[in-house]
Amino acid sequence: MGLKKMMVGFLGSVIAIGGFLEVATADLKFPMLVYRTGAYAPNGIPNADGFVDYYKMINARDGGIGGEKIVFPECETGYKTQVGVECYEKHKENAMVFQPMSTGITYQLIPKASADGVTVYSTGYGRTSAKNGKVFKWIFNAPATYWDGASIAVRHILKQNLGNIKGKKIALVYHNSAYGKEPIRTLQVLAKKHGYKLLLLPVDHPGQEQKATWLKIRKQRPNYVLMWGWGVMNQVAIKQAASIKFPMENFIGIWWSGSENDVLPAGAGAHGYKALTFNAPGDDYQVHKDIKKYVHDKGQASGDGSHFGTVLYNRGLFQAMVQVEAARVAQQIHGTSKITPAMYRDGMENVDLNAKRMEELGFKNFAPPFKNTCENHGGSGLAAVQQWDAKTKKWNMITEYMYGDAAVVDKLIAEDSTKYAKEQKIAMRCN
Amino acid sequence: MIYKETGQFKSTYESDHSIFPLIQDKIAFNLLMLVAFLIVPFFIDSYWEKAILIPFLIYSMAAIGLNILTGYCGQVSLGTGGFMAVGAFATYKIMTFFPDLNIMIIVLLSGVITAFVGILFGLPSLRIKGFYLAVATLASQFFIIWLFNKVPWFYNYSDTGQITVSERTMFGVAVTGANAPPYATYLFCLILVVVLGFAAKNMIRSKIGRSWMAIRDMDIAAEIIGVPPLKTKLSAFAISSFYIGIAGSLYFAVYLGALEVTESFDIMAISFPVLFMIIIGGLGSMLGSFLGAAFIVLLPIFLKNVMVDLIGLSAVTAKHFEITIWGLLMVVFLILEPHGLARLWSIAKEKLRKWPFPY
Repeated sequence: MGLKKMMVGFLGSVIAIGGFLEVATADLKFPMLVYRTGAYAPNGIPNADGFVDYYKMINARDGGIGGEKIVFPECETGYKTQVGVECYEKHKENAMVFQPMSTGITYQLIPKASADGVTVYSTGYGRTSAKNGKVFKWIFNAPATYWDGASIAVRHILKQNLGNIKGKKIALVYHNSAYGKEPIRTLQVLAKKHGYKLLLLPVDHPGQEQKATWLKIRKQRPNYVLMWGWGVMNQVAIKQAASIKFPMENFIGIWWSGSENDVLPAGAGAHGYKALTFNAPGDDYQVHKDIKKYVHDKGQASGDGSHFGTVLYNRGLFQAMVQVEAARVAQQIHGTSKITPAMYRDGMENVDLNAKRMEELGFKNFAPPFKNTCENHGGSGLAAVQQWDAKTKKWNMITEYMYGDAAVVDKLIAEDSTKYAKEQKIAMRCN
Repeated sequence: MIYKETGQFKSTYESDHSIFPLIQDKIAFNLLMLVAFLIVPFFIDSYWEKAILIPFLIYSMAAIGLNILTGYCGQVSLGTGGFMAVGAFATYKIMTFFPDLNIMIIVLLSGVITAFVGILFGLPSLRIKGFYLAVATLASQFFIIWLFNKVPWFYNYSDTGQITVSERTMFGVAVTGANAPPYATYLFCLILVVVLGFAAKNMIRSKIGRSWMAIRDMDIAAEIIGVPPLKTKLSAFAISSFYIGIAGSLYFAVYLGALEVTESFDIMAISFPVLFMIIIGGLGSMLGSFLGAAFIVLLPIFLKNVMVDLIGLSAVTAKHFEITIWGLLMVVFLILEPHGLARLWSIAKEKLRKWPFPY
């Protein structure tokens, strides 16, 4: 009764709107799942700006990729999985690649995108075992995975202790979600191998409340603290660490916990905080000059343009660059500029970003070279440690790019991905 | 004029007891069912399925469940997220234990398991009432989420605490997993919602529902006239949790396919929204459960699509407007009609009855 009339009226109007959803286009579509609102916006905004500026620059400078313009509809997820699903369903038609910018959404999209034939590129986040291209045909997570990150952090600590960390205590402060839990397994295995004690300290979404966590750290006095945080959680953790006078040089964040937005609120207290990274900071690379010339100077900067050259902005540039490069490779392989989503995947699988190619693209020395193959969707696994200088307000690279503990990580990846393949009845590729 | 009941006489008790006593309502409802069962499945695409209809149906189911407890029996609960999590994890565990079990049975079993958990957490309701009970159920929310996070057995020791659904079929067609066609998942949810919706409606009209309402309206008076509070309150908790458990089961198995407990069953993601659904839709109204679910789930998507696709606002501006407009509408509706959308609808029906001659 009431139900029907209201519903028919309402659904009718929704249907009317639904009709407008189909935007027919021959261009290359790179849908963007962004979050410029909510608790993760401080990190989501600079990253999204990097993407948009890079796409705009490619469209303005080169007229698109091989003559095909890039379209990049934005869809605001607010870092929420359900909204991410809605965004994916809305934009998946003819989409080249999805960059969910959230490990939760990535987990959600892995089965869906694999069934729909859409590439998902989770740059240094998402499901670590997706590195195994034999199982995860459509998923890529180059250039490094969380397990690489965890073992690189431990390697850095090892180096500082001359290779012996037996009996030391390492705490992991992590976002209590799929994202934050990713490194635990690796850290546990490494704890056995190196003999350190692991202390697990989850922080619930959104991470504003960490008093109890840091009280525990004060009591238990771990020698090192690792952090897998995102959004406001990073700022709060660094402020808390500063307030309990935790030695900042013993506090190491993953690459998502090492942007200017995370350390600036803590002021001088954040001095010495370390974070991993797989791309360099700064705004004097060729790509930045091009973006200045073709985008910013024309007043078309994404957002207010204030994030230019920051860590996450640069990472956005890097992510967008890999996605664009994959399209170029796909065009070369298939000899057509009008590539389909399936062709795009081939491109992504054959991306070879060596030092020379990086230089041609305006990314000289911006990131370590990497290469995808059929078996390896996870790139080189190289990352470096950077340290925050609160006086000059700059991130400085303090180590070379280094590899993680391949012996440990590769075994875990093989285990996890085979388990997944068995559960989902996936036949191995690349034989 | 259009909506008049003059001339519709009931000559048997059965016809007097029907759910839709007015012929207009009956026709309208049957038409809706016809469209839902016979027309929508042929036109549904994955956007309509995954973004609109499935979430709407699942949240309607959860709202019916909470409405039984809060709207009909008067026991305020903030534990919906926890109970849905029980449904989801029960589904996951049963699925992995018995790989050959039919998905319909798995879903119903998950509901039954949730019902038992609901009874357990309903026990305090015998001693405490109102806001205090709300706080007690809040404890269940946090406890259950914590439990599913802490004990790896529940997520089969996966590295990240993620649970992932595997493919299950009904009559040879996949209804769970990534390869399930939109019409199959939609019909699966629709059948459950319609059948259980009717069951709830009939329960409410029968002895058990009347005893819930007696407890809600004045528990001491109800006890004096012979309504046993223990049995009544616990049955409300059990049946409410059964519905919420099924909603949780579908939420995991059909809708999301993979989830992580803290994020997916967060109090802000489930418990509060479902409570708002029944408040805005109408406490103690079946129709209200559906209207409330539509308001909370569909309106934001509708607003977003209007603003982004029709007006051409940027995604972030649209989001800010969406939050503002949605909040404003919520306030406006509650000021206009504190008893919810369902009441608004029945007022509209009163008016329609007299239209166009109001006197």
